[in-house]
Amino acid sequence: MSEGYYKRYHLPHFGDIAEGSGELAQKFFDYYGAVFAEGALTEREKSLIALAVAHAVQCPYCIDAYSQDCLQKGADLEQMTEAVHVATAIRGGASLVHGIQMLEHVKSASM
Amino acid sequence: MSTSHQELVGPRGTTSLRSRAVPLAEPRRQIALLQAVDLEGSPHGGNFDEALAHAGHPRLGPAKLEIFQINVGKLCNMTCKHCHVGAGPDRIEEQMDRDTAEACMRALDKTEAHTVDITGGAPELNANFSYLVEESVGRGKHVIDRCNLTVLLLPRFRELPDWLAERDVEIVASLPHWRRRNTDSQRGEGTFDASIQAIRRLNAAGYGRGDSRKRLTLMVNPVGAFLAGSQSSLEREWKEGLEREHRVRFDRLIALNNMPISRFLEWLDATGNLRPYLQLLVRKFNSATVSGLMCRNTLSVSWDGRLFDCDFNQMLELPIVGSDGRVLNVRDLDRGTIASRRIVTGRHCYGCTAGAGSSCGGSLSGGAAS
Repeated sequence: MSEGYYKRYHLPHFGDIAEGSGELAQKFFDYYGAVFAEGALTEREKSLIALAVAHAVQCPYCIDAYSQDCLQKGADLEQMTEAVHVATAIRGGASLVHGIQMLEHVKSASM
Repeated sequence: MSTSHQELVGPRGTTSLRSRAVPLAEPRRQIALLQAVDLEGSPHGGNFDEALAHAGHPRLGPAKLEIFQINVGKLCNMTCKHCHVGAGPDRIEEQMDRDTAEACMRALDKTEAHTVDITGGAPELNANFSYLVEESVGRGKHVIDRCNLTVLLLPRFRELPDWLAERDVEIVASLPHWRRRNTDSQRGEGTFDASIQAIRRLNAAGYGRGDSRKRLTLMVNPVGAFLAGSQSSLEREWKEGLEREHRVRFDRLIALNNMPISRFLEWLDATGNLRPYLQLLVRKFNSATVSGLMCRNTLSVSWDGRLFDCDFNQMLELPIVGSDGRVLNVRDLDRGTIASRRIVTGRHCYGCTAGAGSSCGGSLSGGAAS
């Protein structure tokens, strides 16, 4: 493979997904816009959550987009790094908490 | 000039282009660099006048003159990385003298401007700063001091906060972020702590406490190649953060985009951000910002008395030229000529029209900057 699956230029062309179904794309982007509007959470808080989730789902497009968006919303590197660690802790914790299942199995199967 | 280079203690984010004798110190080189960026595929190919015309403004002319902005010179105790003036402690020659300061006041009397906006450099370092403030206040004008904060820590300015407060001068102070890292990375190590100390002194003099006559305005600008965020949202966060962590207060926040000229232009070019940043500015052109652009309600005077549409045109040496081809000077300010002029534009103007817009008074529309 000379080319990777991910291509940077796909991000600014996200809207082209409407080609197959304009109606569904419209519904999605309307919803997306509403989700990120200032509400009970600030735009900056939502952007930091998005950055953390982007790392959890390991989406390079989202990482680029929300790194830029967090900066523009007034977050700094320390805050953004803490957000990524939250995602890391939850991912790590999700593995580790399954260890309790392992532990119970070991206890029930062992003398 | 009484100020010597050695006296000017202050944070250093970089050094001035002039002191390094780099070609980009010349404004014409900056214009050429901006013009050479390939913006094919961007709206109107990055032609600002075409973008204006398409938005219904075939000719950008002035509105009612409200702000008489005086740039007293390029001397500063700091050398921030994004400075559009290219100011620094080495720039001691370019300073407004008394004769020009007096000419400014005579010219002010010929206009209907309600505000005198004094900028630099660090304007407080100019020997005629107090004269300009006193004379403007005496004429009933609202006076703005564009202050870098750290200058207030110089021993000779210990009394300045009280002096300014007694005259109801508004302080518009630069602070790019309410947290240390971003402030110091743009403006130099130690800037943040010095700025907090300076805000404390201003608070003690009555600034930042909700008194509209002693208004402390913080001016923030992005620490990098992105647009300014939402002014109202940033203001809430800045107020909470500064109060909670440092027990200091301010009255309002204004957000400005960084202009792709002088040292910010150098940084953009050196880091490979120039084309993406210009593409961003062009893509985010917002026609709703045009009517409120500062070049329409402001007249900008340089340290040597020449007249410009705005401080950015001043730094790019794009002066107002009369019908006879002469550069207009504050000594022969003529209201008719000023009112009928065509505002000089260029690619840098996209900096003021991108996103929510950007001006010396902050954002220009309620539109999202993202």
